[in-house]
Amino acid sequence: MNQPERQPIIQIQNVTKRFGPLTAVDKVSLDILSGEFFVLLGPSGCGKTTLLRMLAGFELPDEGRILIDGVDMAKVPPNKRPVNMVFQSYAIFPHMTVADNVAYGLTLQKVNKGEIADRVNEALNLVSLGGLDGRMPDQLSGGQRQRVALARSLVMRPKVLLLDEPLSALDAKLRLQMQMELSDLQDEVGITFVTVTHDQDEALSMACRIGVMNKGEVAQLATPSDLYEFPASRFVADFIGTVNLFEGQLIVDEPDRAVANCPELGRIYINHGVTGPHDALIWVAIRPEKVGMAKPGTYRGRPDVPEGHNISEGRIKSMSYLGDITLYAVILDNGRMMHVSRPNISRTDQEDFTWDDRVTLHWHGSSPVVLLA
Amino acid sequence: MARRAIAPLEYTRRLWMRLWVAAVLAFLYIPLIALIIFSFNDSKRNIEWKGFTLKYYEKAFENSSLMEALFNSLTIAFFATVLSVILGALTAILLWRFRFTGKAGLEGTMTMPIVVPEICMGVAMLIFFNGIGWPQNLPWPFSLSQIIIAHSTFCFPFVAMVVRARLASFNRQQEEAAKDLGATEIQAFRDVLLPHIKPGLIAGALLAFTLSLDDFVITFFTSGPETVTFPIKVYAMVRFSVTPEVNAVSTLLIILTIILTAIAMKLQNAAALGASPK
Amino acid sequence: MESWRLNKKLFASVAALPISWLLFFFIVPLGIVWLYSFGRNAGLTEVEFSGTFANYLRAVEPLYLEIFGKSVVVAALTTVLCLVIGFPVALAIVFAPEKWRPYLLLLVMLPFWTNLLIRTYALIAVLRTEGYANTVMSWGWAGASGLKTLVGLEPLPAWEPLELLYNNFAVVVGLVYVHLPFMVLPLYAALDKMDKSLIEASLDLGASHWRTINRVVVPLASAGIWSGIVITFIPALGAYLTPDLLGGTDSQMIANVIERQFKRANDWPFGAALSFILMYATFILVAIQSMRSKEGSAR
Repeated sequence: MNQPERQPIIQIQNVTKRFGPLTAVDKVSLDILSGEFFVLLGPSGCGKTTLLRMLAGFELPDEGRILIDGVDMAKVPPNKRPVNMVFQSYAIFPHMTVADNVAYGLTLQKVNKGEIADRVNEALNLVSLGGLDGRMPDQLSGGQRQRVALARSLVMRPKVLLLDEPLSALDAKLRLQMQMELSDLQDEVGITFVTVTHDQDEALSMACRIGVMNKGEVAQLATPSDLYEFPASRFVADFIGTVNLFEGQLIVDEPDRAVANCPELGRIYINHGVTGPHDALIWVAIRPEKVGMAKPGTYRGRPDVPEGHNISEGRIKSMSYLGDITLYAVILDNGRMMHVSRPNISRTDQEDFTWDDRVTLHWHGSSPVVLLA
Repeated sequence: MARRAIAPLEYTRRLWMRLWVAAVLAFLYIPLIALIIFSFNDSKRNIEWKGFTLKYYEKAFENSSLMEALFNSLTIAFFATVLSVILGALTAILLWRFRFTGKAGLEGTMTMPIVVPEICMGVAMLIFFNGIGWPQNLPWPFSLSQIIIAHSTFCFPFVAMVVRARLASFNRQQEEAAKDLGATEIQAFRDVLLPHIKPGLIAGALLAFTLSLDDFVITFFTSGPETVTFPIKVYAMVRFSVTPEVNAVSTLLIILTIILTAIAMKLQNAAALGASPK
Repeated sequence: MESWRLNKKLFASVAALPISWLLFFFIVPLGIVWLYSFGRNAGLTEVEFSGTFANYLRAVEPLYLEIFGKSVVVAALTTVLCLVIGFPVALAIVFAPEKWRPYLLLLVMLPFWTNLLIRTYALIAVLRTEGYANTVMSWGWAGASGLKTLVGLEPLPAWEPLELLYNNFAVVVGLVYVHLPFMVLPLYAALDKMDKSLIEASLDLGASHWRTINRVVVPLASAGIWSGIVITFIPALGAYLTPDLLGGTDSQMIANVIERQFKRANDWPFGAALSFILMYATFILVAIQSMRSKEGSAR
């Protein structure tokens, strides 16, 4: 990817929005860079859609400023903003043909007929809908409607394209396909995309950067892999993927290693430093796929458990076979549950362990993430 | 082959149920069908079939006062419909779109013309137009203005109800999409909202037209002695006697009603099919 | 929905016309009637607003109380008959095959769209002494008589036409005829909304059809039944045309008395008081109904 300029196209500065007693968006500040695929991710009611609607101009912030391409949007109504939106319901006009839908914005701008026809065609081809221009919306499938909505916005050549839960109405297979197509499309047109979603897979697969929102605030702003591997808080760790969380205290904290004492797990060795206050309350997060499972044995000297790994023992309480992986719930000896996932690399891997087996769990010192909040 | 057994919930396939429905429909329709049949009967006493004739239709058309009354009624219905659609659509949009103090009060007041007995409305209109000294002896069609106003008042809440029901299925994101693409408030209304509520407006218009054409009591109180509408004329004729001529005119009106109802139904179905999935 | 404050100009342009229309051509006329009801006839056309309750006192004289009572009884009887006749019809439509349903509904609705006067007139033609009903019955009578002579018995006495018109019977028949669709539609709407598996559950648990209808269908459709009762009872109570055209001298209902005060007796204040009593009755019924439905939806 070549991005000539990495300047903020959207600047959100200290924006707050309240609905009665509810604060939907709470002092949010973030910059969205020109040409990036930005995703706002969060559970329902976290304020992400409100934030998007404020960018489009359908809601006005109670406090703070929104600048698009350096211009304050406070006094600019939706129909004058250089952004366009793809609605969750697509909001295709049911009484207009596909071509009329796509041409609608240009007609309002009084663009001449020939140019409208050219641009509509170009936009429809871009979303692979060429030839369907005469159809009525009720003759289209869900996926085609969404493409019409995309074309209708893209034909306006907006500075930013806003997408509100663009894939939520599609079935699982189609959603996967559209995730890729949206990324490719964004690459092709080079317009900044801002997408709102509650689906972590969608966010991780499409985004350049993700803003995770919770209760009206931005919980973390990071690339997809940073978000997964280095979550900033328990909320982010738990919201994205599955995680085993253990409460504890930091008892050793040196530049190249740290030790946390977790009552439910014992001492956990971490091979990197943690910049946290000594003795502070912390949480250790371990992803299920980063935990290995082995037949039980003595504490040391088992060949199954590699050197330098943390170890814990327990009993398999339940397992669910998902094809590519198998999920295990292991009850540790102190009663705590730990989730472990194991890839089925050979065809009989799922038969290695079964219910009520005693197992040794182990993980590398680089796997745990220490969370301070 | 044996008849398929009746499943527990197929109440409509049970004999007593069918007989009941048939009897009720007979009760509803026999008088009207008899009325239509005997409008073609070549007999003054209209009880025994004496042969087919159209002469009562000719007579009805030659009856200038009857035709004048019918024309008056259609004129009133037309203007009352136009006013009702405008007032009803505005009311529906007002209640659908805005939150404001006194909204519940307005909703309640709006349904009052529907529930208040006709006789009370009629009395109110009579006293009102008398009290404010509404000019009498105006040239036609202004001589119908009182009736048109009275009819609009009780018709527009019906239109408002129909349009409001239609608005409830409107996806507001469509309006936002239009604005997002550069439409002003008025352009968004014209291009998106109006096409959506159009079936409701037409259905409401047909309803208002029928209600206005149907009304006897309120017109009876509101009209001056000079103005005769169709129901008032028929009322006078019916009081006097049962004549095949009245049968003939009634038949025409029934046919008009059936046509209007058919149009309304068709539009309703089209609207139901064309409704955008959310 | 948005607050009107966000777009005052738009709000004003939408609100101005309907609100002022409702005010000038509905509230004000009703207000004037209300004022009149406390007035007194002074001279032939003059009315003096004396704030008197005389009109209301006169309305509770036995003569008028009797008419009020009678109107209520007739309207109630009409409502009950409509309910009894209409409920199986609504049930039949709800459980009819999908493709019949709109046509059955249309069949019930069509008379409702037909001119009230024409329907009343059609009923007159059926019920009058030389009407279809009597004619058909006289044929039956003649047939029976002929049958008796055929087997060697005395013929029946000559057919005496039944007096079916211009009495209270005719008024009730006419009101049921006119108001049946008012009852069927809300019943249909309520039954249609009901989860059909509840009926199946009741049957599955061993209840008979009759018990299922009594204990499951009727309670669940009660909101529809009540709204059907109210929207049938109110117009029946205020009916003018039906008692006027089908009734006899003793079949007058309250609306006929009101009409007489304006068109013949020329006692407008008294007529205004009577019509406001009718309105109060209406308002009370509507208020009770809306309270019922609010309670229902709150549950």
